[in-house]
Amino acid sequence: MLTLLFDGIAYGMLLFVLAVGLAVTLGLMNFINLAHGAFAMAGGYITVLAMNRLGVPFLVCLPLAFLGAALLGAALEPLLYRRMYARPHLDQVLFSIGLVFIAVTAVDYFVGSMQQNIQVPAWLQGRFDISWVGIGKYRLFIIVVCAALTLALQWVLSRTRFGSQLRASVDDRRVAGGLGLNVNRIFLLTFAVGSGLAGLGGALGAEVLGLDPSFPLKFMIYFLIVCSVGGTTTITGPLLAALLLGIADVMGKYYAPKLGAFIVYTLMIVILLVRPQGLFVRAGGGK
Amino acid sequence: MSTVLETRGLLKRFGGITPTNDVSIQVERGARRALIGPNGAGKTTLINLLTGVLEPTAGSIWLDGADITQLAPHQRVRRGVVRTFQINQLFGELTPLQSLALSVSAQLGISAQWWKRLGTDARVAPRCDTLLKQFHLDDVADQQVKHLAYGKRRLLEIATALACEPRVLLLDEPVAGVPEGERQEIFDIINALPADVSVLLIEHDMDLVFNFAKSVTVLVNGAVFAEGDVQTISNDPRVKAVYLGEAVHG
Amino acid sequence: MKTAADGLKHAARWRWWELTLLGALVLSWFVLPGQSLLLNEIAILALFALSLDLILGYSGIVSLGHAAFFGFGSYAAALFAKLVMPDPWLGMLLAIALAALLGAITSVLILRGTDLTRLMVTLGVASILYELANKLDWLTGGADGLQGVVMGPLWTPFGAFDFDIAGRTAYAYTLFVLIVCLLVGRRLVHSPFGYSLQALRDNRLRAASIGLSVNARLVAVYTIAAAIAGAAGALLAQTSGFASLDVFDFHRSAEVLLVLVIGGTGYLYGGIFGAIVFKLLHDLVSAWTPQYWNFWLGVFLVVLVLVGRDKLTKPWTWWKRG
Repeated sequence: MLTLLFDGIAYGMLLFVLAVGLAVTLGLMNFINLAHGAFAMAGGYITVLAMNRLGVPFLVCLPLAFLGAALLGAALEPLLYRRMYARPHLDQVLFSIGLVFIAVTAVDYFVGSMQQNIQVPAWLQGRFDISWVGIGKYRLFIIVVCAALTLALQWVLSRTRFGSQLRASVDDRRVAGGLGLNVNRIFLLTFAVGSGLAGLGGALGAEVLGLDPSFPLKFMIYFLIVCSVGGTTTITGPLLAALLLGIADVMGKYYAPKLGAFIVYTLMIVILLVRPQGLFVRAGGGK
Repeated sequence: MSTVLETRGLLKRFGGITPTNDVSIQVERGARRALIGPNGAGKTTLINLLTGVLEPTAGSIWLDGADITQLAPHQRVRRGVVRTFQINQLFGELTPLQSLALSVSAQLGISAQWWKRLGTDARVAPRCDTLLKQFHLDDVADQQVKHLAYGKRRLLEIATALACEPRVLLLDEPVAGVPEGERQEIFDIINALPADVSVLLIEHDMDLVFNFAKSVTVLVNGAVFAEGDVQTISNDPRVKAVYLGEAVHG
Repeated sequence: MKTAADGLKHAARWRWWELTLLGALVLSWFVLPGQSLLLNEIAILALFALSLDLILGYSGIVSLGHAAFFGFGSYAAALFAKLVMPDPWLGMLLAIALAALLGAITSVLILRGTDLTRLMVTLGVASILYELANKLDWLTGGADGLQGVVMGPLWTPFGAFDFDIAGRTAYAYTLFVLIVCLLVGRRLVHSPFGYSLQALRDNRLRAASIGLSVNARLVAVYTIAAAIAGAAGALLAQTSGFASLDVFDFHRSAEVLLVLVIGGTGYLYGGIFGAIVFKLLHDLVSAWTPQYWNFWLGVFLVVLVLVGRDKLTKPWTWWKRG
């Protein structure tokens, strides 16, 4: 049972890193980006291809995945996304669905539709067994990396000038612009970093979640759950939501395999029914 | 002089500020009351509380002797508490005719009818004709609202409220954003409102206040600062000081 | 100058193209007997999209899970035919009733919250139903689907007709349901209720401020839309003889959204035009590049949205400046 908890935490932290970019995009640009998973997929495939075809070591692939996805995000934001910020949500949904379809079919065309496997380095394979808890080394690695990223994010947000600019823009974009903040640049950087994190998550998750062209569609709902349950005004909200989701999913699949993902969806609906703004919302946030 | 609308100790507090601070006012039938005060005094918040858009932290609201504090916004409208918005809140895709027809139908209680065409009820069309003419909207009656000029939209904003046959009409800065030359049109319409409708008007334009209002309530920092008839208030040195103070300190 | 009475009557009059379209629909059964199977598919899709128009085009509810009702109706009809009796009309009525019930229950979820919340719960409901259908395989056949749904004859005033291989009975049946729903929908949208839905969509705050009860209306329209979507699903099951998991799939919800967007939202006929264009395009592109239909679909979507949705349904705006 504790092992399950541990696995759930690992899964949750991974989901958080994958979804945090989406949460910030949603909170900052009020943009529903259903294609967020495509950036994760990009990171995953960069890692797989680099490792399997070019022999790049796993640890080097991680920053590569981040950079690759971040660059992709940095390119697409001014080119495509920026025109869509003021559009109604329906348009944004249609647009990002279109992007997902393009991404999914493009990957299918170039790499094929089979699930990709990577060989995690030997020192990350296997597990420690401490009393009743089986701690998978790879999962521990995931938790450590994601926790470090979370702390770094939190630090950037609260201690750096960029962080406060970002928070100001989330709180009230018009006022922030009026105060002379370069909102476009903030959006671009934020989108790029968010996409990069997704890419990193995709790389980390390739082993645990499985990587194939349908990844963005399969996991889209999970990312969205993290954002809608966790709210988009804080970092801790999505973090807690992701952990909740991760643990619920792992436990659910173990104790009630017949029900499977049913539990997660029901939990989400119940939560949203009770708190439509999400579980963890910072009061007083402006429009 | 019978009281139509009354608040008792109305209080609204959130996030460390108190935009409405123990407000008790009485609005009589046929009132022509102006609600004035410096920026941030809580005038629009008070309107939002009266219409049910905001829930009070404490206190109560009474209409014709009945407690309406728990009623939802649409229920208060049905009882006759109607407002206009400072920023136009209109139905962009509909036409003025359709908007008014819908409002009239809602007031007649037939807005849930799903089988008959809008306007088959014989009472709807004549009322729309009257309103369209009164508000000079008959020449744009069939254009979509989103294509209308600002002045026409402002007129429609008020017309929509009147279509609801209000007993208490809350006007939130009716001439906001309206160019000088078009303000008189709106002044005239407001002055021609039926005598038994109680009107509470938020306004910064002192011309409108003096031309229209018979009594004034002054709000400062969410509390009632002064109340009385127009002459008294306009000569009250404390009121002048509040406004002058604002002018000096910006 | 027109009076209000004239103006209101004018808004609801039958336009020439509506009558032409209806005529064309009816004629198509007589004139294109060999295409009945394809036409049947188009008509089912059109009905499904019409139901979405009621909640999206007229009420402004963005749903990514409308397939929940489509699928529910599909399985309901299929199970009824298999387990109770194979009469199509009774199965249809049951499917409509059950889908409406589901709609009424889930409508509570879309009342509060933001667009994102609505997206999530609609997606969630469809996903839950998918999982349920998957796991309850003793009832639904699971991933294999519900096979062997054999329908009894269709009773009409002209006699009883068996469902034939060429699909002529099926298409007539579907057309009938489509036209009935279209006529009912038309009355709905021209009524005070219909206009109140549009008011909700355009400005929910103002709608409440003229005395309209927002929540009650949302529940009502969501239920009606669910019922019609359920009818479309039932038609699919009954005319194709099976029900499979993909009736709940995200692709289905996304597809119907696209169909409606292509045809145009908010004037009730967008579903029909969209379905025709979509299916024809699909067949065209699939013949040319079968596996990558989704790719071109994606490109189309992105371009469509970037250029502007209403440009598609108003070609005359392509040359307008500003």
